[in-house]
Amino acid sequence: MTLEEKQKEIVEDFAIYDDWMEKYEYIIELGRDLPIIEEEKKTKDRIIEGCQSQVWLDSSFADGKMHFKADSDAIITKGIIGLLIRVLDDEKPEDIAKCDLHFIQEIGLHEHLSPTRSNGLASMVKKMKMSALKALTTNDSEQKA
Amino acid sequence: MDSTIKRKFSVREIREDFPALRQTIYGKNLIYFDNGATSQKPQYVLDAINQYYSKDNANIHRGVHHLSQKATSEYEASRKFIAAYLNAKSSDEIIFTKGTTDGINLVASSFGHLLNAGEEILISAMEHHSNIVPWQMLCERKGCVLKVIPINKKGEIIQDEYEKLLSSKTKLVAVTHISNSLGTINPIKEMIQKAHVVGAKVLIDGAQSIQHDKIDVKDLDCDFFVFSGHKVFGPTGIGVLYGKEALLDRMPPYQGGGDMILKVTFDKTTYNELPYKFEAGTPHIAGGICLGKALEYLNQFDIESIKKHETELADYAQDLLLTFEDMNIIGESKKKTSVVSFIVDGIHPFDMGTLLDKQGIAVRTGHHCTQPLMDFYKIPGTVRASFAFYNTKEEIDTFIAAVEKSIGMLK
Repeated sequence: MTLEEKQKEIVEDFAIYDDWMEKYEYIIELGRDLPIIEEEKKTKDRIIEGCQSQVWLDSSFADGKMHFKADSDAIITKGIIGLLIRVLDDEKPEDIAKCDLHFIQEIGLHEHLSPTRSNGLASMVKKMKMSALKALTTNDSEQKA
Repeated sequence: MDSTIKRKFSVREIREDFPALRQTIYGKNLIYFDNGATSQKPQYVLDAINQYYSKDNANIHRGVHHLSQKATSEYEASRKFIAAYLNAKSSDEIIFTKGTTDGINLVASSFGHLLNAGEEILISAMEHHSNIVPWQMLCERKGCVLKVIPINKKGEIIQDEYEKLLSSKTKLVAVTHISNSLGTINPIKEMIQKAHVVGAKVLIDGAQSIQHDKIDVKDLDCDFFVFSGHKVFGPTGIGVLYGKEALLDRMPPYQGGGDMILKVTFDKTTYNELPYKFEAGTPHIAGGICLGKALEYLNQFDIESIKKHETELADYAQDLLLTFEDMNIIGESKKKTSVVSFIVDGIHPFDMGTLLDKQGIAVRTGHHCTQPLMDFYKIPGTVRASFAFYNTKEEIDTFIAAVEKSIGMLK
């Protein structure tokens, strides 16, 4: 499935909810189902400090593709991280670096990605794209991005 | 507004005065419980803002024309009213600022100029960042020492420790009247007396108290009192620094520019008198006038009936919140204002705040600009509901139901 197809799929998943609370119930479920980063990897260098909630991000580059693991201390943030990873994980760095994450807007969660929201998500997307860019400029496919 | 005959305290009628309260958010009636961050504005203030910009707008203090004189006299009348409201000795003791933070920075810069290396400034462990960082910057600049008065688990300043910290080296005590995160009302009158025993001056951060209680600077005997207009039903971008005249006279100007000078030559500039010495540049004229209007609005009511209603709201909310399992109220002093800060075990404040928002309820979540205080309680933050006199028990019932629903979803 392409990055674009994955975004479309998420938008369809969300289309069945017309109530905000139902939408959030689904996001909370996503957050609960995703033990997405090992405890020992929640180190200081992986923290993205947000004013409201904390986010940890671990990026790596292998076999020409980017791999992301992330977590947050807030479950709603964690659910949204789950969505971002669903779209960006296992994709080529060039696709990640130039991608437009329009699904966030379409499912009505763009407020969470606004830089003023300070829950760490906007910084996380920026960091994901930056590590993809870094991977693009390095020849060593085994090197951590 | 005539303040001698007090207006009957009717929440229903008061709510009619605040247009912002009559709106729906995500299809739900707005419940505004973020008054600690900022208050909504009564029509009386909104009309005054409109009147100023549509009829009276002119620059003040220098114009000979009619409008300029009108704007000047309104601006200065507001200063006089505020001086009387705070029971200051004269309106020269009322400096218009951008807000509480600006007032503290003014004192840190200008009073700070009079301090020497090794002299001490005391703050408490529950201060807002605005009453921490300016003093840290001053200490870095002048080699002064910042000391922190500890608090107990209930969220009260430990008075014995405070007394121990006071010495002849203490030059300033800067404490909050009411904690924005905990709601604790500090015994500032006693604390001021104690500071004066060792000859220290006292700055009171009144950002959270001016809207809830009568402030009498003469009775308190504080040396400085700072507050923001927007938390007391007035505009943003305007605030007040009250300072004792003798002290303000000794302090050098804060910023240079127009209005704060008597005479400028390239060799030497002489400064204007109080309060203008501290008001460089064209001030926030509409803000200054309308802050006076906001206090006039508040002054229609007997402050005791406001206090009674707000305390009832906070007690009611706190009692209902405590019926939930794993509920922790942060800030358990017996002397509290209408702030209820809480955290539920296993639920991040951000998640709770997000779900409450989607149910039309505005609360604040996070560290409330008091990170050292959150570190003290070892929590990432709290959910804070802060009430104003226009809030109702019915709103609290809706809020409690929304908290219950959120806990159900997040647990």
